Amino acid sequence: MDVLALILVCPVAAVLAALIPSNRWRPWILPAAAVVHLSLVALILLSGGVGVKVKPGPTTRDGFVATTLVIPPHALVIPPHAGAPSVERVVPADTGGIVLSDWLGLDPPGRVVLLLVSMLFVACAFYTVGYLRDHMDHLNRVFCVCFLAFLGAMTLVICTNNLGLMWVAMEATTLSSAPLIYFKHTQTSIEATWKYLLLCSVGIALALLGSFFVAYAAILHGLTPSLKLADLLRQAPKMDKRWLEAGFVLLLVGYGTKMGLAPMHSWLPDAHGESPSPVSAMFSGALISTAFLMVMRSQHILYVAGDGAYASRLLILLGLLSMAFAAIFMVGQKDLKRMLAYSSVEHMGILALGLGVGGIALLGAMLHVLTNGFTKGSLFLSVGNIDRAYGSKTIPEVRGAVRRLPLSGMVFLLGFLAITGSPPFGPFISELIILYGTFMAERFLIAAIFLALLLVIFIGMGRTVLAATQGSVPASGRKSHFRDGLLSGLPVLACLLIVLLLGLYIPPPVWGLLHHAANYLEVKP
Amino acid sequence: MMIILNAILVLVILINLFALGTSRMKALIHAAAFQGVLLGFLPPLVVKDVGTVPLLMAVMTIVLKGIVIPNMLLKALRDAQVKREVEPLIGFMPSILLGAIATAVALALAGHLAPAHSPLGLLVIPTSISMLCTGFLLLTTRVKAVTQVIGFLLLENGIFVFGLLLLSAIPYLVELGVLLDLFVGIFVISIIIHHINRAFASQDTRRLSSLKG
Repeated sequence: MDVLALILVCPVAAVLAALIPSNRWRPWILPAAAVVHLSLVALILLSGGVGVKVKPGPTTRDGFVATTLVIPPHALVIPPHAGAPSVERVVPADTGGIVLSDWLGLDPPGRVVLLLVSMLFVACAFYTVGYLRDHMDHLNRVFCVCFLAFLGAMTLVICTNNLGLMWVAMEATTLSSAPLIYFKHTQTSIEATWKYLLLCSVGIALALLGSFFVAYAAILHGLTPSLKLADLLRQAPKMDKRWLEAGFVLLLVGYGTKMGLAPMHSWLPDAHGESPSPVSAMFSGALISTAFLMVMRSQHILYVAGDGAYASRLLILLGLLSMAFAAIFMVGQKDLKRMLAYSSVEHMGILALGLGVGGIALLGAMLHVLTNGFTKGSLFLSVGNIDRAYGSKTIPEVRGAVRRLPLSGMVFLLGFLAITGSPPFGPFISELIILYGTFMAERFLIAAIFLALLLVIFIGMGRTVLAATQGSVPASGRKSHFRDGLLSGLPVLACLLIVLLLGLYIPPPVWGLLHHAANYLEVKP
Repeated sequence: MMIILNAILVLVILINLFALGTSRMKALIHAAAFQGVLLGFLPPLVVKDVGTVPLLMAVMTIVLKGIVIPNMLLKALRDAQVKREVEPLIGFMPSILLGAIATAVALALAGHLAPAHSPLGLLVIPTSISMLCTGFLLLTTRVKAVTQVIGFLLLENGIFVFGLLLLSAIPYLVELGVLLDLFVGIFVISIIIHHINRAFASQDTRRLSSLKG
């Protein structure tokens, strides 16, 4: 029932937003819906029990273990019986012939992503209120409705257990977010919207074909075909390997497009660069993490089928390729938002790598979903403030941001340190665990390339960020009256504080959530 | 039943080749509409017991793919006053040839792809692959926005045909969702095309190239 309520929050709020006549008060529906959404998520995660309770024993110490760099392997591997308690959360309700439990269910990796999406939306929603207040000349009805529909579609992707419905919802995220990119009605934003719509729709279409291939793999061996995740996982070992592999490739290409994995990433810098900053933050933190969830689910099917090595090779290849692409385009990048967008490509690469390597690296990847998401939130929102203050998001127009906007400029600088993996922030821990896992798996070459690329990216990104934040403010940067305020500053700060918290101390419930997710993906039901 | 099914599938393949060869965009849209109508007849031919829900889905497919979506595209065409596709990256004759080769290869491999005991897969899988290739060719080698959208439409049609093999596994809610997504997708895309027209005074997607690096 909770899950159903969670899914219904957004459509209801979207209808309300469409009905509110005042352009000034309408945006407040966003934070209201966001808070309700987050409380329901908290309720579900706490009451569900699955994935929240931490087993006593060595696992509870992991939070400290990870930070003190001594990671005993046995502490990070949960005994199999602790994992994957019940795959689907049964929702005992029956309305109008459609049994809800046939459609709704929350798997452990979904819980992690759900938490991220919901929390990030709260920050973005409050920020958006201030943002839209600065853009009163634009009618914001379409924007508010689409933003809520976008959240609703992502929630549905996470909360459904049917591969077909996941696809429908994923395509809905594309369609509902396209008008968001186009909010400013400039030529460049049309271009970005067009590329986003066409590339993602085509990419996602391949994912549908991939879902069909996977289901068809069952028919070939005389099994009953199904698109339900639980059925697929149960039948996977008996399915036809060739069709399953072909299906996985299509799913990876399809959802990988949405996730921004190179070489299918070309829509991402344009869309992230041209859309309003709160939308970029949701794209970069939430949307592509949701796409990663779909890749995780696809990989899980192949893993259960006993073909995990095949998936691993592909994921590692695409992961490293994405990092390399990002490194090339980040060096000398003048546009701050495009630089952050390439950083998203990089981090999706890191996630794919972590998933591909598996084991401890997978646990790192689960943590990285959270740390990357929140860091990207703080970065995009702070760049949004810089953009509003300077009327530009490129250097050399932007200089001395720390002086011009003490809070946002500082958060941007610290966010840069965080996202490139500097202690004491969250991404440092998650990347370290991924690296540790890669060494443990004896993939030394991959670990070496991973480290080298991280270094190149640190240097490339550092040049741009330092040029933007340090130095004196140019005369053109003083024209607008924008200052850090409550609505523009607080969400930025909150995201950074969460990132800092994740770097210093991971709360045991969160740690349990991550453990169960990583463990679930490596256990055959 | 199988004869009608096969006849329709052959017709669908012919439409693909026609779509690859024509430069007149109106004809292209009509071809896509005709294909959409034909597709609507397929599911009732495949399922064993035709109930009201499958019939309703068939009618919805015909209405959306055969009438509503083509009309939206025709309107986009009228707004822009474009009649012909110009300078495709791969010419019209070579496109037909590529399409024909892809279809032939798919047909030749059909025996390997489909299980021996399923007569349905023997023609459905190659048709689907042929349609996917056609869609991709149109998407990648044509420069007008509307033509690219039709490429996307044919691609979706190809997936629809593959879905015939899984009719029992795909719940109607999902099928409905896919149709709805397609409809809303084309709707949003046609709005964006309208804005492209206004902002760039052209439908040429090659002009959309200011975002780089």
